[in-house]
Amino acid sequence: MIALVKRPEPSRVFSLAAPVLAVLATMVFGGLLFAILGKDPLLAIKTIFWEPVFGEFAFFYRPQLLIKGAPLVLIAIGLSLGFKAGIWNIGAEGQYIMGALFGAGVGLAFYPAESALIFPLMVLAGALGGWLWAMIPAILKVRFGTNEILVSLMLVYVAEQFLASMSLGLMRSPEGMGFPGSRNLQQYASAHNADLITGSGMHWGVVAAFIAVIFAYVLMARHRLGFAIRVTGDAPRAAAFSGVNPARLVLFCLGTSGLLAGLAGMFEVSGPAGQVTIDFNVGYGFTAIIVAFLGRLHPVGILLAGGLMALTYIGGDIAQSKLGLPAAAIQVFQGMLLFFLLAFDLFTNYRLRFGRAEVV
Amino acid sequence: MDLSAINPILFVAGFFVAATPLIFAAIGELVVERTGVLNLGVEGMMIIGAICGFAVAVETGSPLLGFGAAAIGGAVLSLLFAFLTQVMLANQVASGLALTLFGLGFSALLGQSYVGVKPPRMADMNFGPLAEIPVIGPVFLSHDIIVYLGLALVACVWAVLKFTRAGLVLRAVGENHDAAHALGFKVKRIRTLAIMFGGACAGVGGAYISLIRVPQWTEGMTAGVGWIALALVVFASWKPFRLLLGAYLFGGLVQLQLNLQGAGVAIPVEYLAMSPYVITIVVLVFLSRSKSAAPGSLGRIFHASS
Amino acid sequence: MKFTKLLTGAALAVGLATGAYADDQEKTKVGFVFVGPVGDGGWTYEHNQARLAVEEKFGDKVETVYVESVAEGPDSERVMTQMALDGADLIFTTSFGYMDPTINVAKKFPNVKFEHATGYKQAENVSTYSARFYEGRAIQGHIAGKMTKSNIVGYIGSYPIPEVIRGINSAFIHARKVNPDVQFKIVWAYTWFDPAKEADAAKVLIEQGADVVLQHTDSTAPQAAAQEAGNVITFGQASDMSQYAPLPRVSSIIDDWAPYYIARTQAVMDGTWTSGNTWDGIGAGMVGIGEISDAVPADVKAEALALKDSLADGSYHAFTGPLNKQDGSVFLAEGETADDGTLAGMNFYVEGIEGDIPL
Repeated sequence: MIALVKRPEPSRVFSLAAPVLAVLATMVFGGLLFAILGKDPLLAIKTIFWEPVFGEFAFFYRPQLLIKGAPLVLIAIGLSLGFKAGIWNIGAEGQYIMGALFGAGVGLAFYPAESALIFPLMVLAGALGGWLWAMIPAILKVRFGTNEILVSLMLVYVAEQFLASMSLGLMRSPEGMGFPGSRNLQQYASAHNADLITGSGMHWGVVAAFIAVIFAYVLMARHRLGFAIRVTGDAPRAAAFSGVNPARLVLFCLGTSGLLAGLAGMFEVSGPAGQVTIDFNVGYGFTAIIVAFLGRLHPVGILLAGGLMALTYIGGDIAQSKLGLPAAAIQVFQGMLLFFLLAFDLFTNYRLRFGRAEVV
Repeated sequence: MDLSAINPILFVAGFFVAATPLIFAAIGELVVERTGVLNLGVEGMMIIGAICGFAVAVETGSPLLGFGAAAIGGAVLSLLFAFLTQVMLANQVASGLALTLFGLGFSALLGQSYVGVKPPRMADMNFGPLAEIPVIGPVFLSHDIIVYLGLALVACVWAVLKFTRAGLVLRAVGENHDAAHALGFKVKRIRTLAIMFGGACAGVGGAYISLIRVPQWTEGMTAGVGWIALALVVFASWKPFRLLLGAYLFGGLVQLQLNLQGAGVAIPVEYLAMSPYVITIVVLVFLSRSKSAAPGSLGRIFHASS
Repeated sequence: MKFTKLLTGAALAVGLATGAYADDQEKTKVGFVFVGPVGDGGWTYEHNQARLAVEEKFGDKVETVYVESVAEGPDSERVMTQMALDGADLIFTTSFGYMDPTINVAKKFPNVKFEHATGYKQAENVSTYSARFYEGRAIQGHIAGKMTKSNIVGYIGSYPIPEVIRGINSAFIHARKVNPDVQFKIVWAYTWFDPAKEADAAKVLIEQGADVVLQHTDSTAPQAAAQEAGNVITFGQASDMSQYAPLPRVSSIIDDWAPYYIARTQAVMDGTWTSGNTWDGIGAGMVGIGEISDAVPADVKAEALALKDSLADGSYHAFTGPLNKQDGSVFLAEGETADDGTLAGMNFYVEGIEGDIPL
C-alpha cells in the first residue's frame, strides 16, 4: 500500500527536480509518439529543445524566444496575483485585445505626425484598455457578486468581435485596398515598438515583462498587499479578520492583471505584429494561465515557465518544417509536457510512504 | 427588411438542434462541478468525442454506435484529468486547460484519414401521426433521438440530484469534501466517476456536432462550444433546468442573429454576434442577486490527511 | 549599438550563405507556410494537395517542407525566416495576413524567392498570386438563376472583404441576367472556420425560402443542411465536395494551385523566376469547375459550360457593362470591363442586391 503524506514544508529538492523529471518523462513519451508517427524520436526531441537555443541558427531563435515569451510572462504575472488570492481572471485574452486596440487606436489617431510623445501615450492607452476591460468583471463582482470567471471569459468573445469590427471598419487602413487590417505600425516610426538593439528581440514588451517579474516578486515578498493576497487565498475568513478589504483586493488583482495583459497586447500590436487584424490574438491570454500555474504562481517560476512554453512553440515549428511532424503532434507533445509538470509537482508537497496504511 | 421571412416554427425548432451539443457538454460538467471539481477540459473532451464518434460511425455505418464510442472516448480522456487531479493532486484549472490542448492535438492525429468523408446519416425519430399536429409536431417532434436523449438526461440528472441518495452524496462531496470524507464517503472515487460521466457527456456532445449538426470531420471543428458549455453551467447556477433555458438562450441568439441578417435587418454583425455574451453577462448580474449556488469545494484539492 | 547591428548583420549573412547556396546543386527546396491545419478540408487542404503535386512532379529533384496552423504576425515571420535559414529556395506564404511578414523576411533574404497568395505587395523577390474565383461564381450564379424556383438565393459570406463581395456581385449579375426576379439573401458568418455556425447559417437561409445556397466558407455543413432539407441545391467550395453529388451539390469551385506551384518551382530550377503578379482564373486552370451534375437540366448545363469556355478563353469578362452600383451610379458603361484594380478592392454591391455591406 502506498500512501501520500503531506510534507511539513515544500521540498526544495523536488521543487527543482520535478520540472526536470517532467521534461525527461515528456521526452520519453513524446519520443514514443514521434516514433509511432514514423519519425526519429531523438532527432525530433533534439530539434524541439536543442535547436532553438544551441543549434546552427540559435542567433536567430534566441531573440525569438524573447518575443514569444514576453507576452506570456507579462500576462501570467498579472494573473498569478489574482490566482493566489482566489480571484479567477480567465479573460486575459480579451484584455490583451482591448489593450492592443486602445494602444493602436491612439497611434493611428496621430498618424502621420511624428513625435516622441506618441509611443508613451500608446503605452498608457494600452494599459488603460486592458484595465478597463478587467474592471467590468471586477466591478460586477464587487457590486453584485457576479462570478468573475464567467464574466471575464464572456468578455473575451465580446473583445474578439470588437477586434473584427475595428479591423474591418474604423481602423482599416485607407491604403489597404479594402482588405481588413490597420496600417502597419512598424512603418510608423513614432508608434513602432522596435527592438531596442536591432535583431536582439529586446523590445519594450520584453523590458516590461522583466520589470513585472521584479515588481511581483517584491510585492509578494515584501509588501503588505502581497501578504493580503496570500492570506485571502489561503484562508479568506482569516483575511477578513485581519483587516483585508476583499472588494479592494478584487479591484486591485483584476485591475493589475488586466493592465498587464493590455500592455502585452499593446506592445505586440506596435511591435512584432505591427497591425490590428481580425486574427490578431493568438491565444496568449489562455496560454498564460497555464504558464502561471506551471510557474507555481511564483514570479521566477513564471519567467522560467514562459521561456519553456516559448521554446516548445519555436522548437515545435522547427520540427514541423524539418521533420514533417504535423502541428497536432506538437500540440499533443505540449499537452504531455503540461501533464507531467502538473503531475510531478505532487512530490514537492507530498512524499510517498510505502507499507501498510496505519490504522487511525 | 422583411421580418415575415422568418418562419417562427422553424426558428424555434432550430433551437433544439443548436442547443443539443451544449446541453450534453454542460449537463456533464454540471455534475462534475456539483462534486466540487472544475474541469476546464470540456472542449478537449468534446473534440475527442467528435472524432471517436465520427470514425466509428463511418467504419460501422451506425451513428448510434458512433455515439457510444464518443461517450467512451470522452470518458477515457477524462480519466487523464481524473488521474492528475485526484491522484496527483494537480491544480484543476491548469489540468483542464492542458487537457484541452492535448485533446485538440490528439483528435487531429486520430482524424487524419477522415477529412472529407461523409458520415452515415442519423434518421429523425418517427412519431407517426403525432408529428402531423400543427406547431407542436414540427417544433417538438421532428428531431433525432439524441435531442430527446439530451432532454431526458437533464431530467434524470435533476431527479437524481434532488431525490436520490446518490445525489445527496454527490452534493455533499461538492459542498464540503472534508465533512463528506468524515462521514465515510469515498470522495475521490465519487469524483472520478463524476469526471468520467462528464467526459462521456462531452464526448456525445462533440459527436453530435461531427455526426449530425455539421456533419463532417475537420480539425478543431468544435470551435469553442466547450467553452460556452462551461459558461452555461455557471449561468445556470448549477441547476439542471436553468441549464436547459440557458442552452436555448445561447443557441437561440445565434439563430436570431443569423435570421435577422437573412431578413435584411441592418445591424452591424459584430455587435449581433457579441450579443449572446453581453446578454449572458446581464442575466448573470440579475441571477447573482440571489446568492450564487456554487458548490462549496469547487476547484479545491482534496487530500485525506488522516 | 552599431557593433551589435554589425554582428547581427554578419550573422544573418552567414545564415544566408549557408542557407541559400548550400543545397543548390542537389535539390530545390520549397517551403509552404499554411494558415490552417492541412486537415481543414478546404483552403489549406488544397494548398497542401498542390504541394504534394509538386513533389510528385519533380520527385527527387525537389524537397518540400511545410508548417501548418501558423498564426499571422510574428509567428509567420519566424517560420518564414526559419525556412529561409534552412535553405529554402522558394517559399509560398498562403494567407493574406502573411503579406507584411513576407515582405519583411524577403528583404533579409534577397536570394530566396517568395510567393505570397492573395496580397498586393510585391518586391524584387516577392511575387503575388491569386485566383479569379469570381469567374467560377459567374457560372454558379447562372445555374442558380436558372434553377431557383423560389427566386431566393442564399449566400453565406465569411467576412465582408473585397474577395467575398466580388464573388457575391459576380454571382448576382449572372443570376439576374437569366432571371430578373431573383433575390439574394446574404448572411455573414463572421468567421473563417466554424462548421456549426455555417450549418446554422445554411439552415436559416433555407428556412427563409432559399432553394439555392452559395457559400464562401469551406465546410460541407451547408451541403448537409441542404440535403436534409431536400429540394435545395448547393455548390462545392474550395474542394469538389463530390460526396454530396449529384444533389444537393450540382457543381463546385475548386482551388487548384498545383499548375502554378509546379510552374514557379520549375522557374526557380531553371533560374528564370521573376517577380510578378499572377491573377489566374479558369483559363489557366487555377480555378477548377467541378463536374456539373445531372441534376442540372441539359440546356442549363450546356449554357453553363459555354459560359465557362468564354470565361476561360477570355472572350467574356464576368464584369462587363452596362452595370450600375447599388446606389444607381454607373459602374461600367456598355461593353466596358472592370479593371483588376477595381476588382481587387471591390467594396460595393452592384445594383439590385438588397441590404448594406456591414462594416
